[in-house]
Amino acid sequence: MDYTKEELIEAYMQMRIIRAFEEELHREAEENNSFGFAHLYAGAEACAVGVCMHLEPTMRDIVASTHRAHGHFIAKGGDLNAIAHEIFGRADGSGGGKGGTMHVADWNVGMLGANSIIGASAPHALGAAFTAKYKRTGGVAVAFGGDGASNQGAVFESMNFAKAYALPVVFILEDNGYAESTYKSYTTAGSPCERAAGFGIPAVSVDGADFFAVASAAKDAIARARNGDGPSLIHCDVPLFFAHFEGDQETYRASGEVSKLRSDRDCLALFRAQVIGTGNIDTAELDRLDSTATQQAAKAIATAKSAPQPPPQALFTNVYASY
Amino acid sequence: MSIITMRAALNDALRLAMRNDSDVFLLGEDIAGGANAPGEDDAWGGVFQVTKGLVGEFGRERVVDTPISETAFLGLAIGAANTGLRPVVEIMFVDFFGVCFDQVLNNAAKFRYMYGAHAKTPITIRTTYGVGGLAAAQHSQTLYSIFAHIPGIKVVAPSNPYDAKGLLLEAIGDDDPVIFFEHKAMYDDTGEVPSGAYTIPFGEAAIKRDGGDATIVAFGRMVGFAETAAEQLASDGIHCTVVDPRTISPLDESTILNCVRQTGRLVVVDEGHPRCGMASDVAAIVAEKAFADLKAPVRMVTAPHTPVPFASNLEAEYIPSVADIVAAVRSIVD
Repeated sequence: MDYTKEELIEAYMQMRIIRAFEEELHREAEENNSFGFAHLYAGAEACAVGVCMHLEPTMRDIVASTHRAHGHFIAKGGDLNAIAHEIFGRADGSGGGKGGTMHVADWNVGMLGANSIIGASAPHALGAAFTAKYKRTGGVAVAFGGDGASNQGAVFESMNFAKAYALPVVFILEDNGYAESTYKSYTTAGSPCERAAGFGIPAVSVDGADFFAVASAAKDAIARARNGDGPSLIHCDVPLFFAHFEGDQETYRASGEVSKLRSDRDCLALFRAQVIGTGNIDTAELDRLDSTATQQAAKAIATAKSAPQPPPQALFTNVYASY
Repeated sequence: MSIITMRAALNDALRLAMRNDSDVFLLGEDIAGGANAPGEDDAWGGVFQVTKGLVGEFGRERVVDTPISETAFLGLAIGAANTGLRPVVEIMFVDFFGVCFDQVLNNAAKFRYMYGAHAKTPITIRTTYGVGGLAAAQHSQTLYSIFAHIPGIKVVAPSNPYDAKGLLLEAIGDDDPVIFFEHKAMYDDTGEVPSGAYTIPFGEAAIKRDGGDATIVAFGRMVGFAETAAEQLASDGIHCTVVDPRTISPLDESTILNCVRQTGRLVVVDEGHPRCGMASDVAAIVAEKAFADLKAPVRMVTAPHTPVPFASNLEAEYIPSVADIVAAVRSIVD
């Protein structure tokens, strides 16, 4: 295995925290949805963590995210309390409670922002990559997007620009099959890797539930970008464990579809099966991490729920730096 | 101080900003021109030659010609601004925002509010507007009021070379997204401009002329038209105050209101359309805040509620004229 025990423990813990956080949010939503249009990330944890483990948690390496951003935020090293507070619209949230679940950001760690306009953040990754090249920082920008975003012009324009100008960008296409309720076979021509090939961008398709497959592909793509060899695309086939958004009744899903995904394609179970028996990590150790992660997520959410909302005058702040 | 064109004043501002700060770079379609083409390099220097010669001094790393992909390069400029640079991006014609408006409306305008006070987007977007040169309906619009409607964006429309240079330098140094409107029929206008760097603060109107009978508030190219109209009216004994707000967002409401309180009459002149535009905006502000001071109804002189036509006679008819302004003032002065 190419990773140290510490790296593996860290990766598992991050995936588990994302999962625990999303499970806890889902419970909250079922009881009393008080956080708007939440798009839960659960199922794709291996993707966020397998990519972000190769990035510096600073503004040198940027992640430009999507409406389904909680996983990217946590994997990039964003503060768990700050995201929990933001999701509940609290004053101490990452955006002071004025962004919400679809707009979490943490510029201390290079999480440029969730963005709820599909495909809109891909050009921002271009911009961060442009800065890295302009200032010769060695930085890399990652543009996360879904299979829905892959049909946006903003994404194609960004792929063309990134390749033509040899910018250090990695496009991660998290393909859960659904653009909202519509399945990809109805809307989408060709394949992600063929599309990338059209731009001359190296592309690979991996099982997005397999941490090691994602991490290996991301390591290569990010190294290419850092070496000045331009953009890459990684197509990750990921299961979606919850609905498109919380509150959606998932009437477009087949009966038993989600339970089968959970039993067959759970990145955490797969990770356990892959590492246990290598002699490096044992079950009890991972069980302890599970328990710690669950406690941390529950605590962050419970704290956020009882924290104060922004003061009324916050309505008018941060519109401009000066006006 | 020397007499130069609007084009030269803008070029000067860009050159000074780039010399002063290596984080400033230019991005847009054909802003140098001729890249990888068999003919000349710097072939265009922008479609109106505003950026001519800059690639020679600063190189193609800092004067970046782009594909015709406004969403990609406007979004790139936003991402670059977020990560420490100060992009000056050119959208060749304001009409072209039709293909990249999302990057302004939902992105540049919103980041600070959604992400928190640490989120800065110091981007300047230069664009051209207005009727000029038979450019017809998709290259002639006056759309600044659409942007002024959006919180988080600043909007600038200079009326002369001196203001253009000072306001552009102010825009580039500003930490918020600024859209800078250049009228395509004004690039050859001349005026006195100092050779060094200077800035003009946003939100401070210029009073171009003082007169007690009526206030004329005009925007961009219409400021010159209003001054000519005021000159003609003065020879008939009607004296007008002419106000050039210079920036549309922020808007110097207090200067406008003070002038209206002194004259009691208002004509607003705008090359934009009459509905939901700057003329109706200023009229509404005055109606709300200075109604008691008005001695006559507010008059608006605007382009009509039509697209911009091509045929030269129709195009000329479309543009608000000096005669229209004179007639509007006469209609409310006893």
